[in-house]
Amino acid sequence: MPEEQNMAKITLQNIKHSYLRQPVESQDYALKEVDAVWSNGGAYALLGPSGCGKTTLLNIISGLLTPSEGRVFFDDNDVTDIPTIERRIAQIFQFPVVYDTMTVFDNLAFPLRNRGVAEDKVKLRVNEVAVMLDLEDSLKRRASGLTADGKQKISLGRGLVREDVNVIMFDEPLTVIDPHLKWLLRSKLKELHQQLGITMIYVTHDQTEALTFADRVLVMYDGTVVQVGTPVDLFERPGHTFVGHFIGSPGMNILPCEIRDGAASFAGNVLQTASPLPTADNERVEVGVRPEFVRFDDSGFAVEIVKIDDLGRYKIVVVRCNDSTLKMIVDEDIRIPSESPRISFDPEYTRLYTDGWVVE
Amino acid sequence: MKNQKWLVPTFYIVFLMLPIYWLLNMSFKTTNEILGTFSMFPLEFTLDNYKKIFTDPTWYNGYLNSITYVVINTLISVTVALPAAYAFSRYRFLGDKHLFFWLLTNRMAPPAVFALPFFQLYSAFELFDTHIAVALAHCLFNIPLAVWILEGFMSGVPKELDETAYLDGYSFWRFFVRIFVPTIAAGIGVAAFFCFMYSWVELLLAKTLTSVAAKPIAATMTRTASTAGYELGLLAAAGTLTIIPGAVVIYFVRNYIAKGFALGRV
Amino acid sequence: MHKTVNQKAWLFVVPVVGLVAFNALIPLMTVVNYSVQETFGDNVFFWEGVKWFEQVLNSDRFHDSFLRQLAFTGMILVIEVPLGIVVALSMPRKGPWVSVCLVLMALPLLIPWNVVGAMWNIFALPDTGLLGRMINGLGIEYNFTQQPVAAWLTTVLMDVWHWTSLVVLLAYAGLCSIPDAYYQAAKIDGASSWAVFWRIQLPKLKRVLTIAILLRFMDSFMIYTEPFVLTGGGPGNTTTFLSIDLVKIALGQFDLGPAAAMSLIYFLIVLLLCWVFYTLMMRGEEQ
Repeated sequence: MPEEQNMAKITLQNIKHSYLRQPVESQDYALKEVDAVWSNGGAYALLGPSGCGKTTLLNIISGLLTPSEGRVFFDDNDVTDIPTIERRIAQIFQFPVVYDTMTVFDNLAFPLRNRGVAEDKVKLRVNEVAVMLDLEDSLKRRASGLTADGKQKISLGRGLVREDVNVIMFDEPLTVIDPHLKWLLRSKLKELHQQLGITMIYVTHDQTEALTFADRVLVMYDGTVVQVGTPVDLFERPGHTFVGHFIGSPGMNILPCEIRDGAASFAGNVLQTASPLPTADNERVEVGVRPEFVRFDDSGFAVEIVKIDDLGRYKIVVVRCNDSTLKMIVDEDIRIPSESPRISFDPEYTRLYTDGWVVE
Repeated sequence: MKNQKWLVPTFYIVFLMLPIYWLLNMSFKTTNEILGTFSMFPLEFTLDNYKKIFTDPTWYNGYLNSITYVVINTLISVTVALPAAYAFSRYRFLGDKHLFFWLLTNRMAPPAVFALPFFQLYSAFELFDTHIAVALAHCLFNIPLAVWILEGFMSGVPKELDETAYLDGYSFWRFFVRIFVPTIAAGIGVAAFFCFMYSWVELLLAKTLTSVAAKPIAATMTRTASTAGYELGLLAAAGTLTIIPGAVVIYFVRNYIAKGFALGRV
Repeated sequence: MHKTVNQKAWLFVVPVVGLVAFNALIPLMTVVNYSVQETFGDNVFFWEGVKWFEQVLNSDRFHDSFLRQLAFTGMILVIEVPLGIVVALSMPRKGPWVSVCLVLMALPLLIPWNVVGAMWNIFALPDTGLLGRMINGLGIEYNFTQQPVAAWLTTVLMDVWHWTSLVVLLAYAGLCSIPDAYYQAAKIDGASSWAVFWRIQLPKLKRVLTIAILLRFMDSFMIYTEPFVLTGGGPGNTTTFLSIDLVKIALGQFDLGPAAAMSLIYFLIVLLLCWVFYTLMMRGEEQ
């Protein structure tokens, strides 16, 4: 089936989903309106806080859920009403799922046997996958006796063992794994992605996991996708105040902004920004700048230092200006002015936001 | 096929309801009708059977007696089981495992084995034919049960709760009553439900330990069946009335039952 | 959970031990006392050693009621456990019908045992009972007060009616505690619904089913009131199970010695069988 092997571009068109039978207002929807395209062979992350609709979206792709509205395409085929088993998809869940009464070998062989694959072929594939995941030694053991990371490897192995799989989806797969094993398993995933070239979608609420695993990250917030981009995009050009706030540590400073006389200003100080001025004047305007792009500058505006946290290689300085506080990250070798400090924002990384969305 | 799934529970419930319906049906019939004709519903509808029960003290006292000793038993069982279950769930002490097992073996003792010795024991303490005698006797199987259920619920409460409370300056009893007991309220509900249930349905010991003053309703029924001729309608009405307290209790704890069972501590 | 060693915990256990010991140890000692003596009333006792034990263990009467008991317990387990699982599997998981099902199904569990017997008596009587009429109406001669087979089947049916719900409730609670991810993973792995039952549901139900089987075993082995009210142990001795036989000897004939010896043997059998059951089922778990 070589032509089917390439069938892996996933398109989501106007997907809406509600768990209620008769949704009325937008709050009733777990997914409000999602359009997304996932191309073949990519490593994607789906990042967002708990309850933002990540898992719902994943279950719609795998067919465990049918969306209330909208269509799902695999390449050009509408698969919205096609059952999970025919979708060539593997999914790994937050809590490891193993079939307790079976051995590790039988667990890995289970998806193949269910699909009627010949037994010698099953043996071959299971052994290949066991080598990939370092499970060769425990093939004969009962799966119930394994540790959490071993069980999660089996869950992963059941996805990898099938040759027809085009997409593997991970739903917060490292939640129950010990911290020191998390790193190992994550590198393993990255390695497998490079080795096999299968599209992988990784759902997480942990920005480090998302940014280290993925080539492209979709950030979700309250049932919508707020930004899609590379990790660098998300850091340097947040498309939404939520992205700026959620990604980065500490998150982006989001400050009230006034538009007057054809210029944007914060606390009475005119700012140079990378955004054009917003046209509609009845919206809430904010200015966003990451702590990394705020610096001490004698030609800037006056602030008052509230607190300094020394984190070794850099310091986090909290300053106040009028009623707003903001954070700045200062390298260890930069001297913090002791009296009448003044700061400025790097114009290239300072953006305006109206109702949360960036002005571009 | 999948849409026909509801048929199984429906048939099962119909099977469960049939004998109960028949009992209800009989309770509204006159003795003449029961013996003379056969019908799916009462032809000469009568409330006489119920009237008799509510006016004759030997009948309604039976209900009061049953409820009295069941309530006393439930209170005793849960009250003494609470600290014991706490000890089993939190501490290790000399002989704890053996003691726990010994308690459970009492749940396995056939009441028939104890009927006669109980009669002698409670007679010796001059407690024969009192509510307290039955309530105490039912402790034999209800206390182990309550300890078992409560221990299951308490083990589910993290120990940090206790430690935090002590750090906050709570004394043990204040912590136990003010914080711990409310935390496991669902468990107490389940334990009380099962104590109520087993004490309510048990008859062998209750009958052995009573004669007149504390005679349970269920025993009154057996006496009627044998001495006053075969008054089926009256018997059916009394039987119907014994179902009601159980039904009321189930209705109130329906959400907890499944939870109690889920812990596997029944 | 890690438990701290604390001998003062005994203080918490004392009330429980006191109450249970009062109810368990004193009567048990009375029973042991009777089991080795002979009395002709007036509190005069003669030492008899193990005579009563030998007599009970060698009597056909005990063998018969023991075998009847085993057959009865075996039959109800074979019917109630699979039936309970099937009903639990087909119950709805959520929605308003759950409460309705649970309340109606739990109802038989809360009916006093002699009322259960009386109810089934009324229900199964060949002339006035619905069941009796129906079976006779089908052209099958049925009268449980006369025919041993009919008496047996009615008793078993009554126990199924009375106790299957316990298995249902346990199995249902067990099923509800299986996380959705198992079903979702099974879908992704392409498992058939039979494979889902065999590989996921049944293994996850093992713990609750162990308890269900143990409880049903214990309680059916001690059954007294329901068959006593329904059939009185008859016709003849065909439904005389161990407890009925014991009460007949102890309170009917007032043969205290043999009754006490039989009580002890009976209790030990229940304990032994429970232990065997439990170890067998736990061993399966460890492997």
